[in-house]
Amino acid sequence: MSDSAPTNLFAQQDANRRRTRWLVAAFIAFFAWLGFGGDWILWELTRGAPPNAYRHAFPWFGIVLTAIASLLAAYAWRTGPSKVLWSTGAREIETPSGDTETRLVNVVEEMAIAAGIPRPRVWLVPDADPNAFATGLDAEHAHIAVTDGLVRLCSRDELQAVLAHEMGHIKNLDVRLMTLLAALVGAVALMSDGMGRMLRGGLRFGALGGGGGRSRGKRDNVGPLLLVVVALWLLSWLVAPMVARLLALGVSRKREFLADAMSAQFTRNPLALASALEKIEHADAPTLSIKRGSAHLCIADPLGRKSSLREGKLADFFGTHPPMALRVARLKAMGYQEQKRLGETIEATA
Amino acid sequence: MGFIILLVGLALLVFWVIGAYNGLINLKNQVANAWKQIDVQLKRRHDLIPNLINTVQGAMQFERETLEAVVAARNQAIQVQQTPGASVGQTAAAESQLTGALGRLLAVVEAYPDLKATGNVAQLQEELTSTENKIAFARQLYNDTATQYNTKQQQFPTNMIAGMAGASPAELWEITDEAERAVPKVDLSFGARPPRTTA
Repeated sequence: MSDSAPTNLFAQQDANRRRTRWLVAAFIAFFAWLGFGGDWILWELTRGAPPNAYRHAFPWFGIVLTAIASLLAAYAWRTGPSKVLWSTGAREIETPSGDTETRLVNVVEEMAIAAGIPRPRVWLVPDADPNAFATGLDAEHAHIAVTDGLVRLCSRDELQAVLAHEMGHIKNLDVRLMTLLAALVGAVALMSDGMGRMLRGGLRFGALGGGGGRSRGKRDNVGPLLLVVVALWLLSWLVAPMVARLLALGVSRKREFLADAMSAQFTRNPLALASALEKIEHADAPTLSIKRGSAHLCIADPLGRKSSLREGKLADFFGTHPPMALRVARLKAMGYQEQKRLGETIEATA
Repeated sequence: MGFIILLVGLALLVFWVIGAYNGLINLKNQVANAWKQIDVQLKRRHDLIPNLINTVQGAMQFERETLEAVVAARNQAIQVQQTPGASVGQTAAAESQLTGALGRLLAVVEAYPDLKATGNVAQLQEELTSTENKIAFARQLYNDTATQYNTKQQQFPTNMIAGMAGASPAELWEITDEAERAVPKVDLSFGARPPRTTA
């Protein structure tokens, strides 16, 4: 175990660093396309304008939107974790008060030692449904948040297993990619909403001034290329939030299996995670505090969607999490193997 | 042509040696760091014990022997920890004595429901459980890292530069003492009921 895990770990860390860079690059490139595409369309339209009329010769939109995207990405990078935590209404446990908080902080410390990373900051989400997530950019600046429900429902061993799973995400640098994705998805949704409003306003404006425009625009230079670009450009604005969301779905399924395996490596007790996951699954009320934008960060799908229960192409595409039954089955297989190796009898543990 | 091939081959060899050497040094430091983590947790456990003894001794005068065993084991463990150059095996032996003695004490505490009910003892028990877990996990990390380090320096071809990197096998923390696994026996043959606590 100790021989194969680290290579896996470094490969996963590298992959996450690489994917984060790609994500940021694609994000900025997408905005650049929206901006410069618009510039090009306007330039094509105003090319034949009379000398004293407006001519779109300088790509203002492109430069401004690219700059905005770069600033957004930088902002998401700097404030991503705190935004994610803020959106769930989590409260930090700085000095634990009461038995449950003390136990939670102790267990986090224990698992940080097992994972060999500094202790992450601990947050409590006021929600009765059991769930947990980790966020942060690296192991030195990481946060772990759990819901009230998780602390209440889980035994010490189960809590340990769940927190070890989150430590796995932190150690893998999954948190970096997933946090940035959450922040950027939010930014794209905001921009798209705003642009949708502006486009609608623009159409109304265009309809008002339409008469004059048409009489002036009696030219036949509106080529097919321009039409295609205009169609693609408008479509990009419309599908942007959807693409961003699909990206968020795509990144998290395999990661959950890996983090489950790392939890087993840290606690040497895969059956505890299996029973914790079963508890989380059976308390099937959706986690209301955790919104769609950060669903892919959680240990179990907070929205309780059906697609997270099934296997297959469609579920692979739309679910943020692998089927719970499959995860539990894999963990139990690990646990029974270990018991068999130690020569213990297999009990009917949950 | 042959000269270029030779040169490229030599360059590759140099790169490999640098990589392997740095890899070994890196692992060696990780092992040292993992050991430091254990040390921190052991110190924490040693500091926790006087507090525990003070809290329970008033109510557990009958259990002199159990308490004294814990104190003696603690002193022994501290002594080993403060000895410079004490081996992993020595530390492991002293600490497992302490683990055994503490286990017996906690089992006895279970037999005093009144004592257990007071908030202070519950808190101490949580602290002690957590500290024991931390020691166990720190030990696990140390053993994993040390095994990785040992494997690396024995494997071909890394073993050829192990001497150059000053690498020597790190000693694992083995659980040797049976006391660690044995179920503690609770002797309640006094006949008398445990005294009420005033705390």
